[in-house]
Amino acid sequence: MSAVELTGVSKIFNKGAGNQVDALLDIDLSISTGEFVSLIGPSGCGKSTLLRLIANLIEPTDGSLIVNGKSPKQARLDQDYGMAFQQSGLFEWRSVAKNIELPLELKGWSAAKRRERALEMLELVKLTDFADHYPWQLSGGMQQRVAIARALAVHPALLLMDEPFGALDEMTREHMQSELLSICRKAGTTVVFVTHSIPEAVYLSNRVVVMSPRPGRITEVIDVEIKGDRSDSTRDDKAFFSGISAVRAALRGVELDSTARGIEDR
Amino acid sequence: MAEGDSAAIRNGTVRRRLRRAAMFVASLVLVAVLWELYKVVGPEAGGRLFGWNILPRSNDRAMPHVWEMLSRYGRPEIRSSDRKIWSVVLAGAWFSFRLALVGFVIGSLLGLGLSIVMARFRFVERGVLPYLIVSQTVPLIALAPLVVSWGGKLEIFGWEWPRWLSASVLGAFLAFFPVAVGALRGLRSAPAAAVELMESYAASWWQTLRKLRFPSAIPYIVPALKLAASSSVIGVVVAEISTGLKGGIGRLIIEYAREATGDPAKVFTAVFGAALLGLAMSGFVTLADIYMMRNRPKEAST
Repeated sequence: MSAVELTGVSKIFNKGAGNQVDALLDIDLSISTGEFVSLIGPSGCGKSTLLRLIANLIEPTDGSLIVNGKSPKQARLDQDYGMAFQQSGLFEWRSVAKNIELPLELKGWSAAKRRERALEMLELVKLTDFADHYPWQLSGGMQQRVAIARALAVHPALLLMDEPFGALDEMTREHMQSELLSICRKAGTTVVFVTHSIPEAVYLSNRVVVMSPRPGRITEVIDVEIKGDRSDSTRDDKAFFSGISAVRAALRGVELDSTARGIEDR
Repeated sequence: MAEGDSAAIRNGTVRRRLRRAAMFVASLVLVAVLWELYKVVGPEAGGRLFGWNILPRSNDRAMPHVWEMLSRYGRPEIRSSDRKIWSVVLAGAWFSFRLALVGFVIGSLLGLGLSIVMARFRFVERGVLPYLIVSQTVPLIALAPLVVSWGGKLEIFGWEWPRWLSASVLGAFLAFFPVAVGALRGLRSAPAAAVELMESYAASWWQTLRKLRFPSAIPYIVPALKLAASSSVIGVVVAEISTGLKGGIGRLIIEYAREATGDPAKVFTAVFGAALLGLAMSGFVTLADIYMMRNRPKEAST
């Protein structure tokens, strides 16, 4: 079964007006359950728009989406997905545990059940000792881990992430990538991951979707052929490097017919 | 990291508060010293500076000595009574404080309610906000007799409008405005990403208000409440004076001012009483501030 199914999806902002933007044009994409898919491309290629369409934060102009076997709206109402952004977006007036409990509160869980789940999630992201701290007492990497724990708190089948590690330093970033993979492996979560970084996309993903701007569309889908579970040694693997080369080549094609920038080569 | 850090932050906060208290006392002493200094150097009968008649008279009738004012507290209010003036002023301040508190609470609740409705419906904001701004330009003195006469005619299920409530209503009239405007800005201050996050949780408008918009408005609401607290005091004191309500500090100021020729220090005792009242009100809000902001990053607290 596929977790996300997009057929002929288009999103046009300000349609018919002078400032019309073809954010996405005729997107077909099928993501199977348990798969890790990255969206990569220059700024303005519509990768965040695609993520927001799946999340039902915006409606498509054209085409059909199926998320978790239902309409995106139903999937949102059922909280079938969790979301994490570049900014952790934690509420500064809530303790770490209370932040993680937020989606559960909105679902009407009892206080005891919420607390139990929050502690379980904190264990998952290795922040058990910080349950009663406040976000501003944590480092950026720790805050991002809390945000991921919050996104996973409802045990969603699908995780949508928009450059979640973009604001972190390289060391923390690599560490977080490994942690994310092991968390998702344990829970069998499907992940759609927007990134600017080629190595990040290749290290994390089963497939890398390369996109190009004006109008936003998919130019190439690259299968990453890394065998077995990924670990730190994967970063020295031949398959890792060939994956990077393939994505880079695909992006170069994109760069040639557009002046867009914004891809990190690290 | 955090254990030591929060202890250090708490330590720093205590030290900062102590320093502030010391500064407050020092500023009182400084004002007293300047007052006496002017009495020494200033012209007895007032004077001109650069052709303007602006130098105040420094004689004992216009500017009594600081010790004269302080010792006045220990003497009886009027010759025929043994009630000391400090207890009269204190009772008056307490009376006005209660009125101001009622006005402050009514005004703040009204302001908050208005801000929520305005944040919810743009057309309400467009329709109502201009009137709110205009309302604050109406002179309180003109409004006070009106409110008293309206209130006097009110009777709801046998409950009669008490006279003092008119003063509280005028306090509320001044207090609601900063709260309505401040809270409206605060309710709008939640970052778009956070609003989107709540949307992704399929949260209702009401849930978003309670869990996101209201908490992010607190840093805007707290200073607005401070303003509302002092405004409610002004409203009540002015209302007491202009409606002739007995028992409060405003009435004492008017009465004592009439005796200024014979007993110049007397009116100052009531003026300081009013200042004390204002301090008590803002102290009350500061306590609420400390409580509401206790878990926020310390740079953000006011």
